[in-house]
Amino acid sequence: MTESEPEPVPAAGATTAADAPIAPRKKSDDRPTLGPEFLRQLWTANTVTVTVLAILVALVIGGIMIIISTPTVTAKFGYFFARPQDALSASWYTVRDAYLQLFYGSVFDFSSIGQPGVTWWQWFQPISETLSYATPLVFTGLSVAVAFRGGLFNIGGQGQAIMGLTVAATLGFVLHLPIVIHLIVALLGGLIGGAIWGFIPGFLKARTGAHEVITTIMLNYIAQLFLNWFILQGGVHNPNRLDAISKDVLGSAKLPRLLNENLRVDGGIILALLFTALVAWLLNRSTTGFELRAVGSNPDAARTAGMSVPRTIIITMVIAGALAGLGGSTVVLGAQANSLTGPVAGNIGFNGLLVALLGRVRPWGVVLGALLFGALQAGGNRMQSYAGISLELVSVLQSLIVLLVAAPALVKAIFRLREARAARLGTVMAKGW
Amino acid sequence: MTSATVDELIVAEPVRFWTRSRKVGVGLVVVGVVAALVFGQLASSTKARFTLTDDPAGAALSINGTVGAYLFAIIAAAAGLTMVVMSREQWFSWLLGIGIVSVVISFLCWQISVAPTGNNFMPVVDVMRGTFIFAIPLIFGALAGLLGERAGVINVAIEGQLTAGAFGGALVGTIAGSAWAGLLGGIIGGVVIGVLLAWFAIRFTVDQVVLGVVLNLFALGLTGFLYEQIMRPNSKAYNQPPSFGTWKIPLLDKIPVFGEAVFTGTIFLFLSLILVVVVHIGLFHTRWGLRTRAVGEHPTAADTVGIRVLGRRYANVIIAGGVAGIGGAFFTLGLVGQFTKGMVSGKGFIALAALVFGRWTPTGALLAALFFGFSDKLAQYLAGIRSPIPSDFLNMLPYLATILAVAGLVGRVRAPAADGKPYLKG
Repeated sequence: MTESEPEPVPAAGATTAADAPIAPRKKSDDRPTLGPEFLRQLWTANTVTVTVLAILVALVIGGIMIIISTPTVTAKFGYFFARPQDALSASWYTVRDAYLQLFYGSVFDFSSIGQPGVTWWQWFQPISETLSYATPLVFTGLSVAVAFRGGLFNIGGQGQAIMGLTVAATLGFVLHLPIVIHLIVALLGGLIGGAIWGFIPGFLKARTGAHEVITTIMLNYIAQLFLNWFILQGGVHNPNRLDAISKDVLGSAKLPRLLNENLRVDGGIILALLFTALVAWLLNRSTTGFELRAVGSNPDAARTAGMSVPRTIIITMVIAGALAGLGGSTVVLGAQANSLTGPVAGNIGFNGLLVALLGRVRPWGVVLGALLFGALQAGGNRMQSYAGISLELVSVLQSLIVLLVAAPALVKAIFRLREARAARLGTVMAKGW
Repeated sequence: MTSATVDELIVAEPVRFWTRSRKVGVGLVVVGVVAALVFGQLASSTKARFTLTDDPAGAALSINGTVGAYLFAIIAAAAGLTMVVMSREQWFSWLLGIGIVSVVISFLCWQISVAPTGNNFMPVVDVMRGTFIFAIPLIFGALAGLLGERAGVINVAIEGQLTAGAFGGALVGTIAGSAWAGLLGGIIGGVVIGVLLAWFAIRFTVDQVVLGVVLNLFALGLTGFLYEQIMRPNSKAYNQPPSFGTWKIPLLDKIPVFGEAVFTGTIFLFLSLILVVVVHIGLFHTRWGLRTRAVGEHPTAADTVGIRVLGRRYANVIIAGGVAGIGGAFFTLGLVGQFTKGMVSGKGFIALAALVFGRWTPTGALLAALFFGFSDKLAQYLAGIRSPIPSDFLNMLPYLATILAVAGLVGRVRAPAADGKPYLKG
């Protein structure tokens, strides 16, 4: 799917997409021939089109931000009316370079082909980085997706991931076990840690009606504060360091690197794909999944049909928590981190929410969304060091993309798209507290 | 529109012996007894002094540590017992308040009495001042949430609005060289996020919780980006805003203890307190407030009688953005003196907690914000006297309190009926 890749097209060129020819509409009932039909499909507001266009718009806005925040370029706009070509070419090259680096850092670095002394594995470095960043996001995204199908909003992915990685890392440096068993134990620990943190809001919702959005937001912060405290405790804190950092996870508990010791992509991505398949099966093929979706779409009907709504709510949140906990575990057991620190979880919980929305809360969609976010993250690192554009631009791009994807009507209006016949595009409808 | 909430099942409750008051009373008795056993046992007989001026040796209320810890724990238990025996709903808040305050004092008697020698005192004025300072952004944030949510638009983007306000305050304040311009810049920053929230929530009916999370990330990313690209390379030109000075309210600042804590401060302190009063009166005693509440509780009915539902929502959410922007500007113009990344550090979510804990009322939000501000200040104070209580756990207090509140353990909390539900005409 092209959906998953950031558009390599530089931003300034992107505007021409709006002028692209609109597919001819045939009034006749004749069976449409393949070519025009393809164009028609392309220009209807289906999920793929809207997503791609949302990425495009975000990149254009990002380009504008790069231009106005680069002093050397804005200086040229000072004499815009005297020599406009100066300002325009400076803008073009700055934005182009930034996005080229974004592409080089996330997909493929063309400059590495001809270079002498470049070994094969260096060609895969960008992709490896992308996959490495995408791994935890797949899990946190799945967590949100499962909860969402069950009619619940799991904003607590962050806290569940933190609890998961805390348990996983602790098991990783406290226990001394043989190589494969240690990893499995640590992963299971992470899964349980997250599941417990998901159980709490599920239980509260089922028993007292406390809204899961509020409780999970609060639990995020409790988990973060707990981690901050936990790192400094005796037996956890690394005695050789003065700052707040725990001991290192033992090698026996680490996920194996997949291709090469120098490439950070690890077994976590395989695990992520396995769990995506598992979640897809669970949601669409299993009894639990059926109950979960039934409760999610109409709890009253589910209750009438004899399902236990509170029980399903708790199960949903436990599954969601377990997935997020595993996502956190892949951070500390994988190549991203070796030990616990305060910000070790980064933003994977909240980004998981965005990834799930981007993937239209479908398991394989989540994977694509996670790949896009991972690519932006990986490319952003390179953009920061090579083009001098702050990594923060990536969060702006990510939030803009999701904002536009969440409001397909806006994208449709910008590009004058046709209405899709069977649109699965309905905005995620609000339910309130 | 699909509705998937399960908490809408209303069951007529028979009168039972175990009323809310009795249940909470039992809880309070347990807490009081535990406090007596733990705090009383651990306290030392050193005098715990609560100094009433900034001079540590000056006037103070003092009590023997052990006696104080036991005494106040017993008072808390007694308050709980009263609740169990009397079970008068109208005394509920008072008794609960007395109980909680007593437990806190009992705890403090223990902590102060075992502090290192020479530190066996708590400067009440300083603690109170700190409480208000920590509470200021929470008050603005909670009021911002309240304005939107009373009109039916959930605001999870308070964090983002505070950040944008802090950034706008620093940027405009520095460029214009005036703190007042900075305040305006802060308001604009908050309004920008407010407009986005309103537009996407109302026009495009995007889920408001999702929208809030996304806008938070957007605001953090945008301000972080501009900070790194523009502000950090040249902080003299863009990130050195002038600060508001400290003001004293004539006469009122002479009141002991309160005068120095509440009537001496920056403009933000006074603005926040005035705004609470204004919003309270506005919400419950004016036409604007009635319409706002109508739109938030039952938009269809409001529409039927000719209230412009969407217009009201737009206006409220955008005003709310401005209010949060002021709270954000407090960070850069009143507290720190420059913008840094991540300076809001979750205050927006505590403000949301204050709003929920305060049951969507201005006065409730104020009290909740003060309570959370106090727990922040207490954490700071205890770290100062090298207390063994980890500050991280004290910092959890707002979040735990909010979870208990929404779980119905401390009274029922109910959001406006149409909160978060987009209104589609027809």
